[in-house]
Amino acid sequence: MENKIDVQDFNFYYGSFHALKGLTIPIRERQITALIGPSGCGKSTFLRSLNRMNDTIAGTRATGEVLLDGQNIYAPHVDVTELRHRVGMVFQRPNPFPQSIYDNVAFGPRVLGMAGSKALDRIVQESLEGAGLWGEIKHRLQDPALSLNPGQQQRLCIARAIAVKPEVILMDEPCSALDPVATLKVEELMRILAKEYTIVIVTHNMQQAARVSDFTGFFWLGELVEFGPTAQLFATPQAELTESYITGRRG
Amino acid sequence: MNRQQTNRLAMALITGVAILVVVPIVLVILFVLYNGIGAINWEFITAAPRNGMREGGIWPALLGTIFLTFGTAIISFPLAIGAAIYLSEYAADNRMTRMVRLAIVNLAGIPSIVYGLFGLGAFVLFLEFGTSILAGSLTLGLLTLPVVISTAEEAIASVPQQFRTVSLSLGATRWQTIRHQVLPHALPGILTGVILGLGRAAGETAPILFTVAAFYLPNLPHSIFDQTMALPYHLYVISTQVPGMPLEIQYGTALVLLLIVLSLTLVATFVRTSMRRRREW
Repeated sequence: MENKIDVQDFNFYYGSFHALKGLTIPIRERQITALIGPSGCGKSTFLRSLNRMNDTIAGTRATGEVLLDGQNIYAPHVDVTELRHRVGMVFQRPNPFPQSIYDNVAFGPRVLGMAGSKALDRIVQESLEGAGLWGEIKHRLQDPALSLNPGQQQRLCIARAIAVKPEVILMDEPCSALDPVATLKVEELMRILAKEYTIVIVTHNMQQAARVSDFTGFFWLGELVEFGPTAQLFATPQAELTESYITGRRG
Repeated sequence: MNRQQTNRLAMALITGVAILVVVPIVLVILFVLYNGIGAINWEFITAAPRNGMREGGIWPALLGTIFLTFGTAIISFPLAIGAAIYLSEYAADNRMTRMVRLAIVNLAGIPSIVYGLFGLGAFVLFLEFGTSILAGSLTLGLLTLPVVISTAEEAIASVPQQFRTVSLSLGATRWQTIRHQVLPHALPGILTGVILGLGRAAGETAPILFTVAAFYLPNLPHSIFDQTMALPYHLYVISTQVPGMPLEIQYGTALVLLLIVLSLTLVATFVRTSMRRRREW
């Protein structure tokens, strides 16, 4: 099994606040890696470091290496737009653009100059199929995206992310704004997507991490306390902190 | 007085003050309408002034104001939109940015006659545009910049941050993000600012005094390097410089100018409300 991303001694600072401390984490290719831990432990910051979305915040600084297929994404001269093309993202709240369903999915391929209009139709269809949404909305592609229900909107956001054919998908608590049925659909979808994509998911929900992920990392105050195969981490945690957190005594 | 009575009194006072604000504008409109409506007819709108401006119409001045308003739009729209995008999307919080903002605030406070003098020095004399539509439009363009930049910046800032985040996360460049996910949503707000600015420009006298406005010029301008008459200055001239001027023509001219400015404001309000209604987030 190959490492898609290798994080080595990675530190991240908001001004003088040391948010991520010496992280070393392997992200396996075509597996789902879940990041758990209490609020403010740095797991979202870490996720946003993997496609350099933190760059958009003033006063931040990173040291160490994040190797994507062996190339450090923090090296000088790295094209962040190309990086984000390869490492896509799904956010906490469903956030479609206030445009049609079709235009939402087509936006990425359009700005990246990926396809003419014929090919674009095919990309849109494939992406919506990939997100398990095609059957529900194929007759109303020109409807406003915001007319969909929240669960559909979030799957539309997943379709929008996979439309640019990324290699890695980062998901930042993708189900926290969804009801249980919609959550289940997204989780099923993640298992299917993991056949093709490397997925990293941040979640507050430990059952979710246990259900969907192959590997789990436990964050505490900006440090990685424990990392391992999900089944092992939940069944026989090595660190006492991990055990007390996953059994609900700490958090 | 118990607190319920205080409440009622406060409500009454506040409502009264609010109504009081409406009274002057209504009175001004009615006053000008009452005195000027009699002068309005087809000839008044479409003919040149005659007999020392005591007869005939206002067409050269009306057309001049239309030209100047368009000229102002052409100059202030790109400048303001560029400055607003820079300030809200690109500018870091540094001394340069603070200087630009300070300049904008101060531009808004400069008396319009000073703009007029600046236009005379810079555009008419130094750049040798002469007393011309070009020089007048540039001067009026400067005058409207602060209000247009501020409204445009506000409109751009009101576009939800998440649109930018998502767009960037899909690999779009900053410019693509601004072009496709920010400006389209901000455009109605920006247009509102431009139209309000134009309403102000259309009614200003001082900035055009030395830069473009002709006292009496029955011929229409042929190019942007020609002088032209303009309504606000024409109104000033016929109100103060022409003895024996019929009152009705003065008020008729004022009425036309007032209608132009009011209709621009109405259009701006309409654009803004229809934008709010369409907005989905």
